[in-house]
Amino acid sequence: MTDTADTAEGIAITVNGQAVEARTGELLIDACERNGVYIPRFCYHPRMTPVGMCRMCLVEVDTGRGAALQPSCMLTCAPDMVVETESDLTKKAQDGVLEFLLINHPLDCPICDKGGECPLQDQTMAYGPGESRFVEEKRHYEKPIPINDNVYLDRERCILCDRCTRFAKEVAGDPLIHFQGRGNGTEVNTFPDEPFASYFSGNTVQICPVGALTAKPYRFKARPWDLEEVESTATIDSVGSRIVIQSSRNKVLRYLGVDSDAVNWGWLGDRERFSFEALNSELRLTEPLIASGEGHRVTTWSAALGAAADAIAKTPASRVAAIGGARLTNEAQYVWAKLLKDVIGTDHVDAQLGDGLPADLVLGLPRATIADACRPGGTIVLCGPDPKESLGALYLRLRHAVIEDGATLIELTPRSTGLSALAAHTLHPRPGELGALARALVAGTTDDVAGVSGAAIGAAHQAIAAGGPVTVLLGRASAAESAAVVAEAAAALSNIDDVGFLSTLTRGNVHGALDMGLAPGLLPGRQRLGAGIPRGWTSVPSETGLDSTGILTAAVAGEVDALILLGADPLRDFPDRHLAEQAFDAVDTVVAVDTLPTDSVAAADIVLAAAATTEVAGTFTNLEGRLSALAQKVTPPGTARPDWIIAAELALALGGDLAIQSLDDVWTELAAMSPVHAAIDPAAAAERDGVLVTGTIDYTPVEQGELPAKDAYALRLVSVRAMYDQGSSLAASPSSAGLHREPVLALHAADFEKLGVSAGDEVSVTSARGGVTLAVQSDPGVPRGSAVMVSHLGGPDPYDLIDTTTLVTEVLVERA
Amino acid sequence: MAEGYITHAPGYVLNDGPKIVTSRFVHDDSFTLTRSRATGGYQGLEACLAKSPAEVHDEVREAVLLGRGGAGFPAGTKWGFCPEGVWPRYLVVNGDESEPGTYKDRLLMELDPHQLIEGCLIACYALGLSQCFLYVRGEMALAQERIATALNDAYDAGLVGKNILGTDFSVDVVLHWGAGAYIVGEETALIESLEGNRGMPRLKPPFFPAAIGLYGKPTIVNNVETLSNVPWIISNGAEAYKRHGSESSPGTRMFAVSGHVKRPGVYEVEHGVTTFRDLIYGDNHCQGIRDGHQLKMFIPGGGSAPWFFEEHLDLPLEARPVGAAGSMLGSGAIVIMDDSTDAVQACLRVVRFFARESCGKCTPCREGTTWEEQILRRIYDGHGRPGDIDMLLDVADNISPGPYPVAADESQGLEAVPFPPKQTTICPLGPSSVAPIVSAIRRFRPEFEARIPVRTTIPVSAGQR
Ligand SMILES: Cc1cc2nc3c(=O)[nH]c(=O)nc-3n(C[C@H](O)[C@H](O)[C@H](O)COP(=O)(O)O)c2cc1C
Ligand code: SF4
Ligand code: SF4
Ligand code: FES
Repeated sequence: MTDTADTAEGIAITVNGQAVEARTGELLIDACERNGVYIPRFCYHPRMTPVGMCRMCLVEVDTGRGAALQPSCMLTCAPDMVVETESDLTKKAQDGVLEFLLINHPLDCPICDKGGECPLQDQTMAYGPGESRFVEEKRHYEKPIPINDNVYLDRERCILCDRCTRFAKEVAGDPLIHFQGRGNGTEVNTFPDEPFASYFSGNTVQICPVGALTAKPYRFKARPWDLEEVESTATIDSVGSRIVIQSSRNKVLRYLGVDSDAVNWGWLGDRERFSFEALNSELRLTEPLIASGEGHRVTTWSAALGAAADAIAKTPASRVAAIGGARLTNEAQYVWAKLLKDVIGTDHVDAQLGDGLPADLVLGLPRATIADACRPGGTIVLCGPDPKESLGALYLRLRHAVIEDGATLIELTPRSTGLSALAAHTLHPRPGELGALARALVAGTTDDVAGVSGAAIGAAHQAIAAGGPVTVLLGRASAAESAAVVAEAAAALSNIDDVGFLSTLTRGNVHGALDMGLAPGLLPGRQRLGAGIPRGWTSVPSETGLDSTGILTAAVAGEVDALILLGADPLRDFPDRHLAEQAFDAVDTVVAVDTLPTDSVAAADIVLAAAATTEVAGTFTNLEGRLSALAQKVTPPGTARPDWIIAAELALALGGDLAIQSLDDVWTELAAMSPVHAAIDPAAAAERDGVLVTGTIDYTPVEQGELPAKDAYALRLVSVRAMYDQGSSLAASPSSAGLHREPVLALHAADFEKLGVSAGDEVSVTSARGGVTLAVQSDPGVPRGSAVMVSHLGGPDPYDLIDTTTLVTEVLVERA
Repeated sequence: MAEGYITHAPGYVLNDGPKIVTSRFVHDDSFTLTRSRATGGYQGLEACLAKSPAEVHDEVREAVLLGRGGAGFPAGTKWGFCPEGVWPRYLVVNGDESEPGTYKDRLLMELDPHQLIEGCLIACYALGLSQCFLYVRGEMALAQERIATALNDAYDAGLVGKNILGTDFSVDVVLHWGAGAYIVGEETALIESLEGNRGMPRLKPPFFPAAIGLYGKPTIVNNVETLSNVPWIISNGAEAYKRHGSESSPGTRMFAVSGHVKRPGVYEVEHGVTTFRDLIYGDNHCQGIRDGHQLKMFIPGGGSAPWFFEEHLDLPLEARPVGAAGSMLGSGAIVIMDDSTDAVQACLRVVRFFARESCGKCTPCREGTTWEEQILRRIYDGHGRPGDIDMLLDVADNISPGPYPVAADESQGLEAVPFPPKQTTICPLGPSSVAPIVSAIRRFRPEFEARIPVRTTIPVSAGQR
C-alpha cells in the first residue's frame, strides 16, 4: 500500500490519450481510478501489499520501451507513462483472465451468498467474453469446510486472489490460512488441526471477491438486493470503527467495516462484526418491568416511570446516585447528565465502573489520535490493557505502525500482550509500581526498579530519548491495580517532550460519557463543576460527588437510597463484586435502564427497556475524542425506548422539564454551553472520518500514596480481560458465546517451586476479600511474583478477590 | 556400454575438445578434495586471493561468462548490479536444475563439487560477500551428499569458513535442499523457498534480486555451471577463456542431449561455434539419429524452448542466432525426436509438465495450462471437436499474447519474431507451456486435425441398427 500525500508533486502520465496527473509513488491502478478510469481487479486491496496475482488489472503500458501488458496494481506511476486501458490488447487480456477465472468457478450464484454483491459477478458483466468455451468438468472440493467457528470456506468458488491469506498474515498476524497444493490444484486451507483462530477472521469474508468465504451469522440469511444499509459506528468498544449496518425486514443482518482513514481502515474485530447478534437476541428487554415477588412482571411505561420518579422524588439528591452511561449515545448522555445533575441535583454520577481511569487523566493530559500514535518513526508507550484483547481495530493499526511504518513500541504492562512480539522493549513492573517504573524510564535510571532491570529501563529510555514523537496509550491494564497507580505513571510520562496520550478506556462510548459530564465533578463539554450554571440549565450540584467505588461504598454505609444504572452491571463488572452485592442489598431502589437482562437488571426494582445502538440515531465519541455518527437502522423491539427519551420522560414525571424535544435541541444546548462543542457542526460527525472534539481541562497530578510492603508469601494479583468472555452482550451473541477460554491462574514458572505447585494443579487463591479455586498454568509472559487471571470467563473470577480500596490486591496461592 | 561413456560418470560423454568444467570427470574420485587439489583445485581461489576483488570481478566481466541457467545473462555484468552500500548481500547458487531434458548441473554437483564451491568462493570474494547459499534440487540425493561431504572437507581444510587460507577473507556456505518443485528454479521463487516460504515467483520488475533479493537484501543468483566456470577463468585468465568458443559466447558449454540419437549424453563443447548439426550428427558427439529413422523435430533449450526442425540444424549453439530464429538455448537441454514421434503426444507430454508444475500464483498459468492440457488430452484421445485447435491456440494466446516467436520464413509468410514471447503471467513458466503448442501446431497441424473425428452420422451401436 502506498500512502500518497495530497501535496505531493504531480507526475504527468497519459491514460487513454488523456493527460492525467498522478501523485508521487502512486500506483497506476489508483491514479487511474482517481481520474475516473476504473481498471478491473480482484487481488488488489488498497490496505494490503499488492501481489499482482490475479492479472485482471493488466493494461497496456508504454514506458518508452514499447507497449507491454503490465499489472497496474504493481506499477508505480512514472513520468511520461502512456497507458491504454481499453486497447484491443488490454481487452483481450481482460477477457482471457476472466475466462480463466470462470472456467473452474461454479455457477452457483443463485445459492451463493455473494451473488448480487460479487466482484467476480460484476466484472463478468462489465468485462469478459460473456460465454465460456470450457466443456470439461470443473474442480470439485468438499463443501463447505469450516476454517474456524464462524467462517466457512467453499474452495471451488475461490479464485486464489491471496486476499484472505494476505490479510491473515500481513494485517492480523495470524498466518493460519495458506495456499496449499500446486497448479490447478492450489487451494486455500488451514493446517491440519489448526483452525484459523483469529480475532479478525471476519475481515476475510468481507474482502473475499467471491463467495468462497462466508460467515455463519449471515450465511443463507439474505440476498444483497434485499438489504438496506446505512453508515454508522460500531459501539462495542471505544475505537468506534466505522461500519455499514445492513438490515432486512427490520432486522440487522450484518455489519461491514468501512474504510475510515482516521480509525479502522475498513477492518473490524470479529467481536465487533458479530456484535449485532446480541441486539437481535431473544433475551432483549422489550418492556418495562417492575419487581414482583422473586422476579419481575411486565408493566406499563407510565407505571414504571412513575415508580422510578416516586422513588427518586422522595430521596434527597445527595442520596441518589447513577452508575453507567457508556452504552448511550452522546445525546442521551447529555440528557441524562442534565436530568441527574440539574433536575435531580446529584453529582454521584460515574459512567465508569471502578475499572477505568479518573476523568482528569483522560481529559486533562494532552491528547493524541490513533494517527498520532501510529506516526511513521514514532514511539508508542503502551501503558494500559492489551489492545489485541480489548480494542481489536486499534491493535491492527498499531501492528501496522510497528511493522510497516517503523514505529517503536515500548510496553509498560503487568504481563505480555498480543503486541509483545513486536515490542522493542517490554517492561513488566510489579503491580502497584508502574509509577516508579515510569519515573525511572523518564529519568533514565540504570538501577533496578519495580522488578525491572536497570539495563532494560536504560535501553527503553534511550529509545524515547532518541527522538520521534511519543504517544502513551493510557488505560487500566489490570482491574486489580488501582487507577491511582496509572495516574502516578501518567504524571511521570507527561514530562516527556511533546508527549501525547491516547486513552485506552475500552467501554463503548465512555469517552462521550466523560465529555457529557457523566463523571463526578464534571459538566458536559469538559467543564468542571463550579464553573457556574451552564446556559440552559437551572442548577448544578453544589459539591463534587462520588465515583462508582465511592457510590457503592457509601451505599453499604447506608448513604445511598436510590441507585440508577445506565446500562451498567456492577454486580458483574465492578471489580469488587462483594462490595457491589452489599451495596445492592443496602439501597432501597435500583432503577436499571438496559437492553439485556444482566445480573444487575435481575436485582433491580424497576427496569426500563432501552433501545440499542442500531435502533437510535445520534453520535458517538471514540477514544481519540472523535465524534462520529450513529444511524438508526431498525426500530427497537417491543416498547423499548431510546435512552434520551427515557430521561426526558423521567424528568417530566419528576415535575421537571429538560426543554429538550429532539436531538437537535441537544446540539443547540451543547453549542451554547460547551466550549469544546461550540464550534462543531454535528453534521460533520456523519463524514467518514468524523470530527475531532479538542480541548482539555486543567490537570493536577495526584500521588498514589504508599504501597504496603510486599508480603513475602503473597503474590500480587493482575486482573485482565480477554476478547471473548461471558460478558452479557457476548453471551447473547451465538457466534461469540462459545469462544472464551477456560479460567486459569497464570504464574511465572519460577514461582511454582516456591509455592510447591506444578502446572495443571488445582490451587486455591485467597485475598482479603474472598477465595477461588482453579487450575494453575505456567506462563512466560507473567513476571515473577504476579498472579494473572482473566475476569468474566464465567468461572472462578478475579472480581471475587479484588479489593478496590487498596492500591494492589495481594493473594495467597496454595495447592487446593 | 557404448564407447565414450564412463562408468563412474553415467550420462557424461567424453568427447575430444577442450575441457573447462568437466576436466576431472575422467577420474573416478573426481568429487574428493584430494583429487581436486591434485588436479589444480582451489588454485583459482589462491590466485584470486592475491588480487583485489575489483580485479577478480573485472576478469570475470572480461571473460563474458554467459549465465548457463537459461537467460544467458553475462555473470560479470550481473555481479555489478548490486546497489552501492547495501549490506549484507548474498550469493545464491541455483542448483534446482529441473528443466525437462536438463541434467548437466547434476553431473557438476555430483562429480566436481569442489569446483563449484571454489567458484562460489571466488564470486563471494569479488563481491565482498560472506554468505553463500547452495540450493540443491530436492530429488538429487547423491549431489546433496557429495556437496555436503565436500563442504565438510573444505571447511576442515580451511578453504571455507573463517579466515580462508589464512587471509582475512571469510565465507560461510549453507547447503539447502529443495522440496521438489520445478518453479523454485526460477530465481525469485528460489529465494522465497530459501526464506522458508512457499516457492512462488516474485514480481520483477519492480525489483530484481540483485537489488532486493534474499531477506530483502541484494542477492546474486547464479547457475551451477556458470559458477563452475569461474575457477578456470581466474586460474587461466579471461584471455585464455576467450580463446575458446565464439566472440559473443566464449568458453565451452555443457549440453545435455536426450532422445532419439545414437549416443545421448552430456557434452562439453565449444560455445557458439559448434552447430546443432555437429552436436547431433558429429561422430565426436551424438552420432546421428537412430538407424532407420529421420529427424522430425528437436527442442534446442529445454522444455520451455520452442521447437526447431531440420532447417535449424546449421545454427550455431549461440544465444543470439537461436533467439533470432524464435527459440532459445535455455538450459542447454536438447531433446531429439525422430519420425516415430507423435507430435500431438509429444506436445501433450510437455504441456502436462508445465500444468503440473505451475505454482498456482497467477490466473492465466494456473488455469490456462491445465485447460491446455485438457484440450490436448481430448484431441489426443480422439474426442477433439472441430475448432479445438484454434481454440487451443487462442487459450495459449491468452497466456502469451501476440505473435509467438518464430524465425523469418517467407514460405509461411511470417516475419521474424525473436524469443522471448510476451506474457500475461508473472513468470515465464506459463508461456513455456505455449512453446510446444505453437511449435507443434504450426508445423504439424494435419496431425492434430487427423485426430479430430469428423462425424457425419450419429454413431449407433450394432444391436440397434
Ligand atoms: C520457470 C523457470 C525455471 C528455471 N529453472 C532454473 C533451473 O532449474 N536452474 C537454473 O540455474 N536456472 C533456472 N532458471 C533461471 C533462473 O531464474 C536464473 O535466471 C538463473 O538461475 C540465473 O543464473 P545464471 O545467470 O547463472 O544463468 C529458471 C527460470 C524459470 C523462469
Ligand atoms: S478464499 Fe476468497 S479471498 Fe481467499 S484466496 Fe480465495 S477468493 Fe481470495
Ligand atoms: S506463470 Fe505459473 S509458475 Fe509463474 S508465477 Fe504464474 S502461476 Fe506461478
Ligand atoms: S489486481 Fe493487479 S494483478 Fe490482481
